[in-house]
Amino acid sequence: MILIISVCSEKLHENEFVKPIEKFVGKNSFVKSFDNLTPKDLERADKVIISGTSLEDFDYMKSLDKFSWIKNFDKPLLGICAGMQIIGLTFGSKILEEKHVGAFREKFNCGYLDFKGEKEVYYLHNKAVSLPSNFFRLNLDLDYPTFFKHEKREIYGVLFHPEVYNGDLIREFVKD
Amino acid sequence: MKLGVLFSGGKDSVYATYLARKSGHEISCLITINSINKESFMFHTPSITKTIKQAEVMKIPISLYETNGEKEKELIDLKDAIKKAKEEFLIEGVVTGAIKSVYQASRIQKICNELDLECFNPLWQKDEELYLEELIQEGFEVILVGVFAYPFDESWIFRKIDSDFVIDINELHKKYKIHVAGEGGEFETFVLNCPMFSRGLKVSWKKVIQEGENSFRGELEIE
Repeated sequence: MILIISVCSEKLHENEFVKPIEKFVGKNSFVKSFDNLTPKDLERADKVIISGTSLEDFDYMKSLDKFSWIKNFDKPLLGICAGMQIIGLTFGSKILEEKHVGAFREKFNCGYLDFKGEKEVYYLHNKAVSLPSNFFRLNLDLDYPTFFKHEKREIYGVLFHPEVYNGDLIREFVKD
Repeated sequence: MKLGVLFSGGKDSVYATYLARKSGHEISCLITINSINKESFMFHTPSITKTIKQAEVMKIPISLYETNGEKEKELIDLKDAIKKAKEEFLIEGVVTGAIKSVYQASRIQKICNELDLECFNPLWQKDEELYLEELIQEGFEVILVGVFAYPFDESWIFRKIDSDFVIDINELHKKYKIHVAGEGGEFETFVLNCPMFSRGLKVSWKKVIQEGENSFRGELEIE
């Protein structure tokens, strides 16, 4: 079972940032808002995806204590945009004022989640995070992480939105 | 939240309005941009002045703006229109009917961000076939008012989006890669009735104008 955690403070934004992820995850999934997530939800999940949210929405930044479970979470975890920022901040990243909106071509140097070579990616962010310790960076062009992975655990963060372009990355993450 | 909708009168902007209202937001105004350039990258043009009638039956104030529709310059006109709506109606966010167009969506996202406004795209990445079925189920009466791609012909103009339409458009998708919801600009629509309208709009006069080999536009008067 895949748990998708919504970080959208407005329910209407879930149409834009959560439902498109569900398209690639399939029916074997459930959605919870970060505000009412319970330990039981995390127990029930085999893998977890943390969604992104809108450019103006930073409520998740004020509620980072609600993500403290990430530190010791031992199941596969993928953070998308705001979700990546949350993972980074949990592991000690600093906030970076970086803004990208639209489609860009970028190179990636890895085979993680079968994502490598030059890709067209869709960005929608006002902020990014520095590389946390015990993570490595997988993007080559920009000088801050847009794709990182934990050195030992299956924890990934992508700053781009794979649910817009590159849905296969999500399919690869959720497959058994 | 008080929201303004970028409103063309077609199925996408009307349905986006419907979803925003359904989720508890106040629709403070509709913002319609009338592009003089019929090839505009940003704005859908057919039936745009008929949006006044739609606004009337939804009881929502509407602001009409004009742009020459020149690439990039039209973005300045759009920003001015949204800025005016923010000042006049105190909107805190903007709703669009974007489904797949990264070109349109990212430009509107940037403008909203510069104006410190939320940007809602409730149809973003929606499955197009499911979307058409949802429109029918929710009681939207939608007709085609423009077709602009092979193999469309005159017979498609004023055709209603119903279950037969969904079958036929899926056939065109399989054979000719026509987007099922017309997101590639293959066709334009106009909403005659939906659950937000106090009454349905009636077509009192109509005419088909051919603009190219597979390009037809429907002119209509409504009451």
